[in-house]
Amino acid sequence: MDVELKIQRFDPEKDTAPHWETYRVPVEPMDRVLDVLTRAKELLDGSITFRRSCAHGVCGSDALLINGRNRLACKVRVEQLGKSISVAPLPGLPVVKDLVVDMDEFFGKYRSVLPFLIADEPEGTGERLQSQEQRDVYDDTTKCILCAACTSSCPSFWAQPEYVGPAAIVNAHRFIFDSRDQGAEERLEVLSNEDGVWRCRTTFNCVDACPRGINITKAILEVSTAIGSRG
Amino acid sequence: MSSALRAEAGQIDVDAIVVGAGGAGLWAALELAREGIPTAVLTKLYPTRSHTGAAQGGVCAALGNVEEDHWEWHMFDTIKGGDYLTDQDAAEVLAREAIPAVIELERMGLPFNRTPDGKIDQRRFGGHTRNYGEGPVRRSCYAADRTGHMILQTLYQQCIKAGVKFYDEYHVVDLLFEGGSADQGGRCSGVVGYKIADGSLHVLRAKAVLLATGGYGRAWRVTSNAHSLAGDGMALAWRHGVPLMDMEFYQFHPTGIVGIGILLSEAARGEGGYLLNDSGKRFMEDYAPKLMELAPRDMISRAMYQEIRAGRGIDGKDYVFLDVRHLGRKVIEEKLPDITDFARVYQGVEPISEPVPVQPTAHYAMGGVPTNLETEVLANAAGGVVPGLFAAGEVACVSVHGANRLGTNSLVDLLVFGKRAGKRMAVICKSTTAPKHAAGAERAIRDEMLALSTRPEGVRPAEIRRALADVMMEGVGVYRDETLLTNAVKEIQRLKGEYQRVRVEDTGSVFNTDLLEARELGYLLDASEATAVSALARKESRGAHSREDYPERDDEKYLAHTLVWRGAGEAPATKIDYKPVTITKFEPKPRVY
Repeated sequence: MDVELKIQRFDPEKDTAPHWETYRVPVEPMDRVLDVLTRAKELLDGSITFRRSCAHGVCGSDALLINGRNRLACKVRVEQLGKSISVAPLPGLPVVKDLVVDMDEFFGKYRSVLPFLIADEPEGTGERLQSQEQRDVYDDTTKCILCAACTSSCPSFWAQPEYVGPAAIVNAHRFIFDSRDQGAEERLEVLSNEDGVWRCRTTFNCVDACPRGINITKAILEVSTAIGSRG
Repeated sequence: MSSALRAEAGQIDVDAIVVGAGGAGLWAALELAREGIPTAVLTKLYPTRSHTGAAQGGVCAALGNVEEDHWEWHMFDTIKGGDYLTDQDAAEVLAREAIPAVIELERMGLPFNRTPDGKIDQRRFGGHTRNYGEGPVRRSCYAADRTGHMILQTLYQQCIKAGVKFYDEYHVVDLLFEGGSADQGGRCSGVVGYKIADGSLHVLRAKAVLLATGGYGRAWRVTSNAHSLAGDGMALAWRHGVPLMDMEFYQFHPTGIVGIGILLSEAARGEGGYLLNDSGKRFMEDYAPKLMELAPRDMISRAMYQEIRAGRGIDGKDYVFLDVRHLGRKVIEEKLPDITDFARVYQGVEPISEPVPVQPTAHYAMGGVPTNLETEVLANAAGGVVPGLFAAGEVACVSVHGANRLGTNSLVDLLVFGKRAGKRMAVICKSTTAPKHAAGAERAIRDEMLALSTRPEGVRPAEIRRALADVMMEGVGVYRDETLLTNAVKEIQRLKGEYQRVRVEDTGSVFNTDLLEARELGYLLDASEATAVSALARKESRGAHSREDYPERDDEKYLAHTLVWRGAGEAPATKIDYKPVTITKFEPKPRVY
């Protein structure tokens, strides 16, 4: 069967504004949106531009706005969408070309929360101990693949691009609640400023968008609570 | 008129260059940062999107946290798993240094699963045994079934902390040499990087260049590999006179999702999953009665083909079942969450209540750019090195994996040898002078790339890529013979001819993925040629190289590594040499499990 694939196109060397183009693409029942995009590029127009790598939802390259929701193109099957598919770049991020957005600011915010273990005690001779229960506290937020689906689905981020955003908070949470880490205070300081956690309006868009099933709003609330209990 | 490349070229001078930001590249970069060596890390992706992140099951190290274990046992398993083609000094380094590497990862913050007393938990994995083959041992340290993701994230986090300089989305399109190519005794003096965002070329000069670009699974139709795995580093080195080693040894992982090849981790069998044929029998009892489903991957992939050929595939078709139902919901959801998700999303199968259809999928290159134990690239069978050039991880062949890699040893390899690469490169950087500046070093590659987008007409890269994937799948798969391989070599040569007419449609300079994919196709053709030519020359069966016309291992003739050199220009590769295997502790024996 065929589907109607609408792609938002933009070539900065030719266009002044994005426009939609429509392609008829043959598909198989188990195809994912990434397969359809790839086929369109291979068969119909080699200049269609998107990022992709692993093609099974672990690298985070192909987060896109698919039929109005932020999804990984390699994790949405065509049969879940019907005969008409629309694909646009992630909202709220500068478009480089077609479906490719500029990720520099996004990664800059990630780096701003000190996303690394801070535990500057003298080198021990072996592994640190951590109970499975202590590990479970931050398990959910270790799953993040930095695809930006959450941050670019957030109305607070659209309204205020300086907002650090859910992805950065998720990565701060991963360390703040790790029993081995001693850097919580520094991270909470970063996140307690005006563009930190307080911009979250708990709309749960991020939870819906996350391809890894992370309960992001819960993580943000836990970070907010930690800031509150600092006094 | 727009052009695929900008006219001006950038110039960047550093001491060390790391090409690729997977586990090996990141750990090397971290060691270089610790030594204060000015370093540039170039990746055609973002570091967190490297394929190390797709590794699932775990990383083996004889910590002995759960039961008795010793690095000597790990060393032996690696050698036997590799069908005695493994260099034993390299296997010793691997097994010994795995232990401090895993401990260091824990100290960097990696969230391993834990034992009840809070130590790193360990589980069983294929081919890893206690006391030299007596039975399975718990050696694999893991973080659910996303161990590779955690390794990649942790190393990237540490690189951020250490202030490593990344060039994200820079595609390395050439290596620079001074004093001739590698086979003429030349020294590697840098790379040419293509900045994907704006189509500009950048000449990077350095005293030490590390290839850490991963494998080339995309040469096959059914593969677990990311789209980006096109053999970049292997092909670039090969084009400059470096031989490729043991390319005929390519691993097919037994449990790929039918048709699309996405991997369902060996951890499923490590936790106790079964492989079943059409009559519901655990067929591995006929092939490896002691280790059953935890036999090495080459044996299981062959057993699956035998079952399918005998008509015992499910409903007579070309797949069998992976069954984890008896493990129960708790184990499946807590220890195998990602692969459970894969089965649901990509096959519409519920592993808690249904068996999952699986078939072998192209997975891992045991071969690659030959190196010594310090990761210095070798120029010949005598062990002479190519000054300035290093390789680590899947792109390299040390050789720790021999003819067949054991599960988890890919991660062990990139940790141990990525770290060694960084340390060795730091020593070299401190003791050598900077290479000379060569004006216009990017000109040759600029012309080559422009040709792809300025031909008035030609062939679409996708047509050649599809044809290549079929040739490799049919001719250079799990089972091979003279006829299949001869035909494959011929077909690859024909496709290389076709490639001379390839044309990309996108003529712009901003994010031209059309052009990059065409470049990658060129790399895939080179890596495929090296594979098929080496496979045709090796008239025996060993590990993952299974010749139906030569079903026995032949230690008299072939207890040696294959080295193959590229032909000049478009001429076929015909120069082959053999390098002796290093044997220290374990004499070759028949391989039974």
